[in-house]
Amino acid sequence: MTFLKISNLSVDYKMRKETVNAAKNINIDIKKGEIVGLVGESGSGKSTVANAIVNLIDEPGKVSSGSILMGETNISENPETIVQYRGKKIGLIFQDPQTSLNPILTIGEQLIETIQTHLNLSSEDAKNKAINLLKEVGIKDAEKRFYNYPHQFSGGMRQRVVISLALCCEPELLIADEPTTALDVSIQSQILELIKRLTKERNLAVILITHDMGVIAETTDRVAVMKNGDLVEIGLTKQILVEPKEKYTKSLVSSVPPTNKKISRFTIIEKENVNKNNNIKILNRWSKKIIVDQNLIEIKNLSKSFDDSFFTENTKNSVMAVDDVSLNIKEGQSFGLVGESGSGKTTIAKMVVNLFKPSSGDIYFDSVNITKINKNKDLLKFRKQIQMIFQDPFSSLNGRLKVKEIIAEPIRLHNPDIKSGDLDSYIHDLLESVELTQQSAIRYPHEFSGGQRQRISIARALATQPRLLVCDEPTSALDVSIQAQILNLLKDLQEQLNLTILFISHDLPVVRQMCEKIAVLKDGKLCEVSETEELFKNPKHNYTKELLKLMPKIESIYN
Amino acid sequence: MLLVDNRALNSWEKFKDSDIYFSFIKSPTAIVSSIILLIIFFCSFFVEFVTPHNPFDPASLSLMEAFTPPSWTEDGMAKFILGTDGQGRDMLSTILYGSRISLIVGFSAIIFSLILGVSLGLTAGYFGGKYEMIVMRLTDVQLTVPSILMALLVDGIARGIISREMHDEMAIYVLIFAIGISEWPQFARVSRAATLVEKNKDYVSASSIIGVSNLLIMFKHILPNIMRPVLVIGTIGLALAIIAESTLSFLGVGVPPTTPSLGTLIRLGNDFLFSGEWWITFFPAIFLVILAFSINLLGDWMRDTLNPRLKK
Repeated sequence: MTFLKISNLSVDYKMRKETVNAAKNINIDIKKGEIVGLVGESGSGKSTVANAIVNLIDEPGKVSSGSILMGETNISENPETIVQYRGKKIGLIFQDPQTSLNPILTIGEQLIETIQTHLNLSSEDAKNKAINLLKEVGIKDAEKRFYNYPHQFSGGMRQRVVISLALCCEPELLIADEPTTALDVSIQSQILELIKRLTKERNLAVILITHDMGVIAETTDRVAVMKNGDLVEIGLTKQILVEPKEKYTKSLVSSVPPTNKKISRFTIIEKENVNKNNNIKILNRWSKKIIVDQNLIEIKNLSKSFDDSFFTENTKNSVMAVDDVSLNIKEGQSFGLVGESGSGKTTIAKMVVNLFKPSSGDIYFDSVNITKINKNKDLLKFRKQIQMIFQDPFSSLNGRLKVKEIIAEPIRLHNPDIKSGDLDSYIHDLLESVELTQQSAIRYPHEFSGGQRQRISIARALATQPRLLVCDEPTSALDVSIQAQILNLLKDLQEQLNLTILFISHDLPVVRQMCEKIAVLKDGKLCEVSETEELFKNPKHNYTKELLKLMPKIESIYN
Repeated sequence: MLLVDNRALNSWEKFKDSDIYFSFIKSPTAIVSSIILLIIFFCSFFVEFVTPHNPFDPASLSLMEAFTPPSWTEDGMAKFILGTDGQGRDMLSTILYGSRISLIVGFSAIIFSLILGVSLGLTAGYFGGKYEMIVMRLTDVQLTVPSILMALLVDGIARGIISREMHDEMAIYVLIFAIGISEWPQFARVSRAATLVEKNKDYVSASSIIGVSNLLIMFKHILPNIMRPVLVIGTIGLALAIIAESTLSFLGVGVPPTTPSLGTLIRLGNDFLFSGEWWITFFPAIFLVILAFSINLLGDWMRDTLNPRLKK
């Protein structure tokens, strides 16, 4: 029995220059008691569909055609109906639990407000109902927590509160827009379990929007794949993931890093960049170092604390971001550093590249203690050899400079005598090595997509011919198919140029594909260091075991 | 995705394509105020070619024509549209000559305080620590002193130092310095705040990992990225500087009476206000209002357009 029927839904955004069809002729049916996943890359229109259901499309967007039936009522016809349905018959969960709660009201006040808006209950009854809801979503000490403010809850707990808010008027439809994207793996699995349990218990119809194929595989019954506003394919989750019919779905599935095995390269079906030549042009200029069996990086008892010393020099409140970490990275190795947010992995990276000075401990690069170098001139020799790629492709390039100027900066700095013709051809070689065209040189960063900008970032890092490349979550801001291409590129570069890579990520499947050795961090402390396959097969530390158990696995669909 | 065409756009085409141009032609306020400003700027800087009279050529003046009311009144003369002052000088010409001085002083003062404020704010935000604290406390102190008082103080000190003969010559520089020194805290604060945001972005980290020096990072990378808010307060500051100049000249501590600015004109006319010759003070005053108002409107529009947070 179909509960929600979306037929021929189209949403247009009239922009200054053109009209963007954010959703084109979408048909989706949802039954009660089932979770339907909406999956697609950024800009595919998955959130637009969800917003269209509750009539929350921002100006200048408009539903240009189609109808949405909920039960027997056409909710797209009359804006008045949907206002009453929102919060009452339709519950909403958003991505960021930080911003979806009002920070100046206690969660109790927020729950009671919502309950009393829609249901005719006395304050006493509403309070009882709210406390029961908090218990249902797994908040301990609900009677006490009822009087707490949102900032007193952790991220995962806050998302539970958001879910209880969405459920408080007994909705029949629940829309969850990337409900776990802002959360760590361990909390993600709890929240997804909760949604699954509530769907069964309350016989809800659920729309789950996500970009994570692992989440789709583990939670949804059916899945709809979207691309550029089109519904590419819809069907049972197992069927779509195991035997995708459409080319796009195939490329999407093949881009997902498998969690149970290591593959040498991702199969790329649709490539973002047209530039096909696969040889790495920069090789001709590269003074290739023969890999010696030695430690390129030795980290010894490294610690870093941050303290707010604005008014006082009081170190009591200081936070240990990194606490007594020792690691060795062999030359030519790719070494993974894994941990959840706040585990100190980026802090270690920034100390390796000498952006931060450690509070104590030493870092040896090629047997030289680089933390003890104070003169800029001496440091420059090492700066050249250690380069970094950043997480956010939008803030890592200066928008006021052309690509050419961005890449020329490191070359000129380390080789001031370079002739301008030589410089140009060097830049072109670098761009072609990261599979961009020569014409990219005269453009500004804003003319490129996220994946292309990340390639520019890599070209800049390679310009000084480094021996160590520190990659700080280089793909976590990218769509999965772009991620696969960037990871392939990094592997190619590493093999051909004999690079040593320190790869930082929270994403275990990605690290498994990229790295030979992995270190697991938690709260600034090192839990475990071991060879990749060994770590995935026989994790020793409890925390590693838990992480491996909880990560969403696309393969779970086969069971 | 975004790479659509390979046509290299020239800068004018790029400008016409930009959001700034689009929001400009959609805003009547911005268009009207910039037309007014263009006319004022043009007439002031090419004043010799625009006006029929040269009020500073004693040969062309006739005391018989003194105190002629505006041309549309009963006693008006067609050749003096806005009437004449006590020496028979054409009001319109005098106003335009005066506004040139006011504009020069206003622009110079604001550029002076922009350079001073931005370099202090940028370095304070970038280096932080004790240096930042000293600079920012300095701006706090500066902000507690009313800017007119500050300008009067500077003028007073200058009078003490500079000899009497040199004074008239130096007066305009003293004025620029006096106004400039009282406006810089605004620039310092805004550019420090913007620097604090920019310096934590990855492109700055990338440059320091490469080994780029602090000076180059500040001026090549950060400075162009913080110019938007600085330009916005610069525009609004320009109106304030022009008004400050007029106020000081009105009080008699600005430019010497021999080089009339809008402020001196208003002061001179003030003496005749109660004897019925209202136009001598009224027209320079209304001109000043229109000038400052147009600059402020343009500044408001710029703030709305260049501020990404206010975008719909």
